[in-house]
Amino acid sequence: MVGVVIILACWLVGNALSVLIDGYISGNIIGMLLLFILLCTGVVKGESVRPAAKFLLGTMALFFIPFGVGLIDSYEVIMDNIVAISVATVVSTFAVIAVVGWIFQLVNKGRQK
Amino acid sequence: MMEIISSDISLLVLTIGLFLLSGAIFRRFKLMIFHPVLLTAVIIILFLKWTGIEYSHYKQAVGILDFALGMSVVALGYLMYEQVEHLRSAAIPVLVATIAGCVVGIAAVVGIAVAFGVERDIITSIAPKSVTVPIAIAISEPRGGIVAVTSVVVFCTGVLGSLCGAKLLSLCGVKDPMARGFALGAASHGIGTARAIELGALDGAMSGLAMALTGFGTAVLLPLVEKYLY
Repeated sequence: MVGVVIILACWLVGNALSVLIDGYISGNIIGMLLLFILLCTGVVKGESVRPAAKFLLGTMALFFIPFGVGLIDSYEVIMDNIVAISVATVVSTFAVIAVVGWIFQLVNKGRQK
Repeated sequence: MMEIISSDISLLVLTIGLFLLSGAIFRRFKLMIFHPVLLTAVIIILFLKWTGIEYSHYKQAVGILDFALGMSVVALGYLMYEQVEHLRSAAIPVLVATIAGCVVGIAAVVGIAVAFGVERDIITSIAPKSVTVPIAIAISEPRGGIVAVTSVVVFCTGVLGSLCGAKLLSLCGVKDPMARGFALGAASHGIGTARAIELGALDGAMSGLAMALTGFGTAVLLPLVEKYLY
């Protein structure tokens, strides 16, 4: 329960900061950074957020089902652009995997020598 | 009777119940077409068509899930904290790879979509496709993206990366387990992380870290790209 309140409080402060920067980044993403900082600085103890965080992270797939069901309304938009969306998805996914893996290995190797 | 079927509680119980049931089926057959998210969403779509319940009504009925999704974005901060040791020990490669991943991911999607002459709202919907669903939605929704398109594309990206990622990395000569895990998480978020955990504990840890960091990086970078490039 403490964890839930801490997470909600981070979200709330994140929302307030988000308004200050004109919504450039949404409040929950700022909240994520806040929670990370609070945990690293020891202001919030890891144990107090763990149960709530583990539950949310473990059940995340359930939470986005309603958006998937949204296909019922936006099915046609996807079909109209199916080629572009498929090409963009496949190419960029492969590009990210190859580039990130390669660069990480290169820099990591250089660092260890 | 219809009143009960279309009530908030009924739709919520249906969604969670189907999700648990699909999870059991998926663990049994281990096939991607039986992925709990996919299976549940398809059955609910059929159910809504059959009963004639409007999507907007369904969405509002299960609003509590939407709220929980927002909370799970904040919870990703805890995931980052759990991997803080890895973050410290490999700070430079992590930083370089995160930036590279965000830039390549956004550039490839937006570049290809613009080349195909796709409309702006579709580009906004698919631009954050390499990051975890809650962050992708938090990025695309306020900018006028179609969240259903976002979630479908993000989901497909995850499945694609988890199916082909390990092979692609071997082809590119990437053997470092940290690099492999990081690449899977950066490109295909939670579903890629689930695959990385199968490769090894270090792969899995790096993958979770990559998922949170590229999510944040994309959130910072994408509004700039949107403003100046398309």
